[in-house]
Amino acid sequence: MTVMEQRGAYRPTPPPAWQPRTDPAPLLPDAAPYRVLGTEAAAQADPGLLRRLYAQLVRGRRYNVQATALTKQGRLAVYPSSVGQEACEVAAALVLEDRDWLFPSYRDTLAVVARGVDPVQALTLLRGDWHTGYNPREHRVAPLCTPLATQLPHAVGLAHAARLKGDDVVALAMVGDGGTSEGDFHEALNFAAVWQAPVVFLVQNNGFAISVPLAKQTAAPSLAHKAVGYGMPGRLVDGNDAVAMYDVLSDAVRHARAGGGPTLVEAVTYRVEAHTNADDDKRYRADSEVTAWREHDPIDLLEQELTARGLLDEDGIRAAREDAETLAADLRARMNQDPALDPMDLFAQVYAEPTPQLREQRAQLRAELAAEAEGTH
Amino acid sequence: MTTVALKPATMAQALTRAMRDAMATDPAVHVMGEDVGTLGGVFRVTDGLAKEFGEDRCTDTPLAEAGILGAAVGMAMYGLRPVVEMQFDAFAYPAFEQLISHVSRMRNRTRGAMPLPITVRVPYGGGIGGVEHHSDSSEAYYMATPGLHVVTPATVADAYGLLRAAIASDDPVVFLEPKRLYWSKDSWNPDEPPAVEPIGRAVVRRPGRSATLITYGPSLPVCLEAARAAESEGWDLEVVDLRSLVPFDDETVCASVRRTGRALVVHESGGYGGPGGEIAARVTERCFHHLEAPVLRVAGFDIPYPPPMLERHHLPGVDRVLDAVGRLQWEAER
Repeated sequence: MTVMEQRGAYRPTPPPAWQPRTDPAPLLPDAAPYRVLGTEAAAQADPGLLRRLYAQLVRGRRYNVQATALTKQGRLAVYPSSVGQEACEVAAALVLEDRDWLFPSYRDTLAVVARGVDPVQALTLLRGDWHTGYNPREHRVAPLCTPLATQLPHAVGLAHAARLKGDDVVALAMVGDGGTSEGDFHEALNFAAVWQAPVVFLVQNNGFAISVPLAKQTAAPSLAHKAVGYGMPGRLVDGNDAVAMYDVLSDAVRHARAGGGPTLVEAVTYRVEAHTNADDDKRYRADSEVTAWREHDPIDLLEQELTARGLLDEDGIRAAREDAETLAADLRARMNQDPALDPMDLFAQVYAEPTPQLREQRAQLRAELAAEAEGTH
Repeated sequence: MTTVALKPATMAQALTRAMRDAMATDPAVHVMGEDVGTLGGVFRVTDGLAKEFGEDRCTDTPLAEAGILGAAVGMAMYGLRPVVEMQFDAFAYPAFEQLISHVSRMRNRTRGAMPLPITVRVPYGGGIGGVEHHSDSSEAYYMATPGLHVVTPATVADAYGLLRAAIASDDPVVFLEPKRLYWSKDSWNPDEPPAVEPIGRAVVRRPGRSATLITYGPSLPVCLEAARAAESEGWDLEVVDLRSLVPFDDETVCASVRRTGRALVVHESGGYGGPGGEIAARVTERCFHHLEAPVLRVAGFDIPYPPPMLERHHLPGVDRVLDAVGRLQWEAER
């Protein structure tokens, strides 16, 4: 018999000075993911918003398909597809104001594009051209982050700094289910809650970290439950329901902007394609599972709603697809041009002023290039 | 001309003064770390800053080094100039991913759009009787990471000047503070602190003709004492204080070695893969025909930092330096 089992021997009375800080109940996520589409609540949704989301989802899907095709043509070094996750990507971009900041992970190119970054520039990293093809300040989009969860503390620091300066700015940071196991995830959430920083953490739980399923990633009831331990609300939402995603994320953004502090949002979704073109997903999951999720497709779900409400007809669907086709054609045409890279750029931005050592190396490369040009090398 | 009374100040006081002056000059400068606020830091280097500038400018953070440095990245992205304290050398290791994967390369990966003016203050090195994980010399790790400046003062005046320069730098600086010199004193005029030295220049602390001791940080006083002791043996040693490991001042170092013809690198971090190997190679590549002997190294042993009761056997002291100086005779040994 353990001490805990000896009734009466254990007095669960905390020391006198100890007080619980918060009642965890309001921080706990709902038992099931929040949904709007297919429920009566959908009738309340703003038609303009629904149409906007639909157009972006169709564009997003086409972008995903085109980018994947570009990897097969060798135009992209790698592309982590977000097919099936477009509702998360689009909602993350659309809930932000211009002054807000987006902190994407490597799979979130689509959110970056939906935020307004040029589609070719957004692919610069994945193309193998310079690392970040866009100026982060221009659209207030941090560089696509390859290490897992390390961009989350950046979002916290930026939001904290904005608040210190008296600016009305919110940071939205995106991470995958695997990323929630990283130490930086924990440190970022803890800092955000302690500082009451205006940050929204969006976890896209797409089922797998490359090949490792969620059950091997965490023993928590849901990833949204993790919020409670930090003292922030956790929200569980259907990541394939664009309206639900928009609702929950804009709630969280409003809450942060009003000084309420951070929120952790878990979007339950699915990566219907492989991790990247270098991955064989048949080794770790059954086709039937993928098929089931394809039937819960974010575009179909919204299309059904719009059609049922008479907000979309065949012409509307065709128009959205033509718009997406234009995007794809432009992307194809521009990605099929070889980028002109200047080798001397290697040394340009290591430091504000190159060190004497880098100046020597720069001179060496310049001489090598000159010799190459003269054909004497 | 009025004479100003010089007052003794410790290196710790000079560092505090540097942060205070930087904060007073530029509202973007924010100090952050564990215990830096109310307590003033475990070494009291941030003493009084929270009181003077408020807790928003000198912030006690949660105990999490990756979080501290990661948050500093975001703050710098928004235009602040964070000065981060890593409480002890080995406590900085959890923040390595942030330092290597983000701090060092944000300027480069964004093609100059997003420089990160972050100063990472790391009290480093042994000699204070610290238990495990409180005495590491981690400079080689930082030196091996492009995009970081690595600076280490050895005098009170440099502590002030170089920290001001580090905070003013638009690039990240790992500022290594030799903790056993925190309480070393020098006289200076508190009303007119020493001029800010640019980062990247070494200085000859003691001119000499028979050999060059190349050193930095905690080993500078050891080398100066060795140079005094060596006089009786007929050695006239020149002592070069590097002050900056990145960028490296080849010019000052090589000019000295060409004058003396002999060189010895002294530092307390391990020799294998340590800064001395790089420095010896650079000197050999540039000064081979001037050298009368191989460039030698006196370094800490290649062991995890030893317990306090044994650290005196590990740290390069005056005797070990003098032994190596003797070996610089070379010709006699051939």
